[in-house]
Amino acid sequence: MNSSQLFGIATLAYLLSSALYTALLIFKNKKIGPYAITVTIFGFLVQTVALGLRWYESYQQGIGHAPLTNMYESLVFFSWATILFYIILEFKVKNRVIGAFVVPIAFVAMAYASLAKGMSQQIEPLNPALQSNWLIAHVITCFIGYSAFAVAAGLGVMYLLKKSAINKNLPPDTLTGSLPDLQFIDHLTHRTIVFGFLWLSAGIISGAVWANEAWGTYWSWDPKETWSIITWFIYASTLHARFTRGWRGSRIAWLAIIGFFAVFFTYFGVNYLLSGLHSYGSQ
Amino acid sequence: MSTQNKNAFWSLFSSVKLALFLLFTLATTSIIGTIVPQNNPPEFYIRLYGAPLARFMQTLGVPDMYNSWWFIGLLLLFSLNLIVCSLERIPHVWRLVTQDNLKTNPAKLEKMGQREIIPLPGTSMGEAVAKTTSYFARQGWKAAKRDKDGGTLFFAQKGAWTRFGVYLVHSSILIILVGAIIGSPTFARKFFHAPNFAFKGSVMLPEGKATNFVYSSQNGREIPLGFTVRCDHFDIEYYSNGMPKDYRAKLTVIDHGKVVLQRDIEVNHPLRYKGITFYQASYQPYPSFIVRVKNKKTGVEKKDVIPAREQIVWKKGGASFGIINMQNRGQIVQRIKVWFTDNQGAPSEFWIEPNREAVIKRPSGDFLFKAKQLYATGLQVSKDPGVWLVYLGCALMLIGLLVAFFMSHRKIWAFVSEKEGQVSVLFAGSANKNKLGFEKTFTAFIDKIKGLAG
Ligand code: HEM
Repeated sequence: MNSSQLFGIATLAYLLSSALYTALLIFKNKKIGPYAITVTIFGFLVQTVALGLRWYESYQQGIGHAPLTNMYESLVFFSWATILFYIILEFKVKNRVIGAFVVPIAFVAMAYASLAKGMSQQIEPLNPALQSNWLIAHVITCFIGYSAFAVAAGLGVMYLLKKSAINKNLPPDTLTGSLPDLQFIDHLTHRTIVFGFLWLSAGIISGAVWANEAWGTYWSWDPKETWSIITWFIYASTLHARFTRGWRGSRIAWLAIIGFFAVFFTYFGVNYLLSGLHSYGSQ
Repeated sequence: MSTQNKNAFWSLFSSVKLALFLLFTLATTSIIGTIVPQNNPPEFYIRLYGAPLARFMQTLGVPDMYNSWWFIGLLLLFSLNLIVCSLERIPHVWRLVTQDNLKTNPAKLEKMGQREIIPLPGTSMGEAVAKTTSYFARQGWKAAKRDKDGGTLFFAQKGAWTRFGVYLVHSSILIILVGAIIGSPTFARKFFHAPNFAFKGSVMLPEGKATNFVYSSQNGREIPLGFTVRCDHFDIEYYSNGMPKDYRAKLTVIDHGKVVLQRDIEVNHPLRYKGITFYQASYQPYPSFIVRVKNKKTGVEKKDVIPAREQIVWKKGGASFGIINMQNRGQIVQRIKVWFTDNQGAPSEFWIEPNREAVIKRPSGDFLFKAKQLYATGLQVSKDPGVWLVYLGCALMLIGLLVAFFMSHRKIWAFVSEKEGQVSVLFAGSANKNKLGFEKTFTAFIDKIKGLAG
């Protein structure tokens, strides 16, 4: 058994658990819930082992580095962090329907990582610039932030769905009836953004320190850096709009979704559409 | 300036609306520089966008937009906004932190979010006050008390200082910006007229050569270092697939004629001396070789840099030699063909890899021969006297964010009073943030007291 096969199993587990959470949302049969979380945890454990194994394999190939160094590996880590975040969230808030909005994101990330054209899944040796502990700190902090923002966007979608059902006066037993109440989703979205903002800040800072160690410039306005600061500005505005101007509900939900688009662009768009220092993810 | 003007100015810059507007504007205008390639020569923009649009872009500074007057202006407005906004609120926060909470009217306690009455049947007022003191103390809350009409009021608080967390975040942004200005080569050159104060530069330093200046990355001018650096050695290591694994240069720093520092630098492991940092950034291979030859019999040795395809006459060693052919991968030499004679018999010709020592058997005796391809290390050199402020700001920002997001100012009051011969304590509390978390704290606090009282 090698790490790619294990990643395959984890991907299938996330597909199954996405289906189960969706079924839970649609049929509101509480019995499905425990299966959904069990499958999710199973997938998570398999993925954790796979990450460890891939790390080990890199040493066997004489390259030896943490599995956090190219587009493929970062997607896998993003999906892993998102699931971890979700599992903790489910146990904390004791609501399972949220899974229908979050687990699919992790599944899509894994599926894209393994199926996308031109995505190298090889364990590659590191060029000298990438041989730094700051790389590890940078990728981990950024991607914890990204996964929190993914969850926040999922919560935003959930909020808007529920809100529109209420506005249309749909009977409470339709699709959205099982969703937590609006105020609670709103609160959770905010806390998740707060958490993500802290990690994004740490991610930008660790990236700056690393750049300064490697090139002597902590900030060079290359497109990836610029987009990360744009993303940071968007979330900073969201936080300020909330606690100083009292924005709540739909506006925050939309901002959570817009913010995640910025994250998405920072992550993918910059690699594919723009050029710059951070080309490491583009192979 | 009339007071009215001053007030208009002040109220504009103390508004969070302006902050939101500026954040939005900074975010959207920043996009331009990620689409329009930055810092290219004017012809580049004319070719890409046509002359009229290119000229328009030049007036707006788009080719170097993050240093343009309007972008810097936006950052200045942003800073001003941040300063005024914080100055406006800090006095208020100061009052909140230092206010005398024992002045609170006990009647207000009944309206607080968290409250609970603990009856203390069969105790006198004096005993109840003593008990309440210990309730606070045993749970680690330092309470002060004061006698009031109809009873005694207690007050204890935790984390009052956390109200400043936000301002730590805001100051950290300013500290980072100040650090960025101090370390900016543009500012050093244009405003302080001291290009040596902060600069970014580079230099290609061939092995064996030394320099006491570098070339500015901004305008190519020479910037004196104030000391000398020499490259003693350069090396590349490869992975089996041919990808570079490591570049390493051995540098020597010579100050006032004395060797003061000698170190290997690699990517991610720069060398620092007198505030100037040298980064291993690139390299340049040359079709020249550092050759070491030795006449084993006489012990005479020679080390020299020689170009390829040139005959070298070595009188002292009694020989002539040259590198007459090379096999390259790109500019990197894989093998060389050496020609060697001691002027007796036919010359020796053989292929050898660089850095390998060959023993050449000649009629006059054995010779040792070793050649290494000559490289230059490409050094990125920078002096950034503001970077420590930037790092300090970053650290303060993370601390400030932790405080602002996850810590709160929690207050608990207790009022001991007697009604119809029955002594009881009313506990009440509030927090400025994370009300759910405080509810838990307060409930646990009360449960413990019920345990103690019951
Ligand atoms: C022009 C820029 C800014 C202005 C005028 C501004 C203003 C404010 C104001 C008025 C508050 C509320 C303080 C209170 O509750 O009494 C606040 C809170 C805060 N601001 Fe800013 N801010 C600015 C930029 C930023 C930026 C760029 C950040 C990014 C890190 C930031 C982070 C925070 C945080 C973390 C809080 C506290 C959140 C909380 O109370 O939970 N601010 N800001």
